[in-house]
Amino acid sequence: MHELSIAEALISEVETLAECERAVAVRRVVLMLGDLSGVDPEALRTAFPVAAEGSRAAEAELVIEKVSARVRCSVCGHTEPADDYAVICSLCGAVAVEITEGRELLIKSLELSVEERQVENV
Amino acid sequence: MCKECGCGEDTPHEHVHHTHGHNHSDGNDHGHEHEHEQDHGHSYNDGHSHQHVATAVRTVDVRQKILARNDEQAEMNRAWLKERGVVALNLISSPGTGKTLLLERTLEGLRGRVVCAVITGDQRTDNDARRLQGKGAEVRQIETVNACHLDAGQVGRLLPEVVKDGVRLLFIENVGNLVCPSAFDLGENFKVALLSVTEGEDKPVKYPSLFSSAPVTVLTKMDLVPHLDWDATTCRANLRQMRPGGFIFETSARNGSGMEVWLDYLSKLV
Repeated sequence: MHELSIAEALISEVETLAECERAVAVRRVVLMLGDLSGVDPEALRTAFPVAAEGSRAAEAELVIEKVSARVRCSVCGHTEPADDYAVICSLCGAVAVEITEGRELLIKSLELSVEERQVENV
Repeated sequence: MCKECGCGEDTPHEHVHHTHGHNHSDGNDHGHEHEHEQDHGHSYNDGHSHQHVATAVRTVDVRQKILARNDEQAEMNRAWLKERGVVALNLISSPGTGKTLLLERTLEGLRGRVVCAVITGDQRTDNDARRLQGKGAEVRQIETVNACHLDAGQVGRLLPEVVKDGVRLLFIENVGNLVCPSAFDLGENFKVALLSVTEGEDKPVKYPSLFSSAPVTVLTKMDLVPHLDWDATTCRANLRQMRPGGFIFETSARNGSGMEVWLDYLSKLV
């Protein structure tokens, strides 16, 4: 259940970003979560409001965009989707593939409520 | 209408000493001063600016790593260790695999050959640190309390006190857990997975996040193999599937088999 630690790290990053943008509240947090990130989306959803309590993201909606795994063969360069930690290239049979996508653990974007001071000259 | 300045009389206004200059048609230029008590502000069309505060919704693209802070601290740890010529290994396994016994025998075996240090993590107790004391290595315990893994900050805080002059090899014994610790970079050179033969051959495929990210796996409790249906070929195939080309060491810390190969490997890392 390291998802609580992940959620706490997430809120900490979100708070910093919100501060930089002078946001009063965070309305939506969009994540990119790779299938091979080792983070369970449902556990993260459960942990999120706990970690967000008292922060600017307390009312935020959490949107999780999952990223499927892809591998690239280091021998022939072929890229393909990977169901799991498959390590054999389906094209040339080399046991030398590297994971190119699917480990993402990223904040993709934030939707923020920002107080804007508009100066009007009349 | 204020007679003096021409602005709206019903608006509070203040003129203290205005000096007006004006031309008369007769060519006499003169100035005069006047004073009045009413305060006045200026009406909306008088050329002043106004501030409005409005709440707007803005979307920002950030593409920021969630574990950015941990990763930054891990990089700092890595740089700190590299500067001192220290190789750091992050030992990860399930509870009861035999990390601490392997470390006890490793410290004893490397004594006089390589100066070692240990950071060991558990949810509670300093039992492990006490077991590892007196073997020539500086040892510190981290009690994680609620966390199921070590993080880079915890390790970084202990580095200056555990890595004394002359230390070449740092073992970080993570909390016993096959899932969570593999997500947190501590600043190690690489991860070492431990797998005891009593856990079965298929742990590598059941817990791929660890076994795919560890270039070295140490099989422990090999002395128990005669009592088990454990199949070495299947286990090795599973490990290779997760990590082609990874090193596999077969050890028994209890009877010492395989330990010399492991110790020899470690002493060549530094």
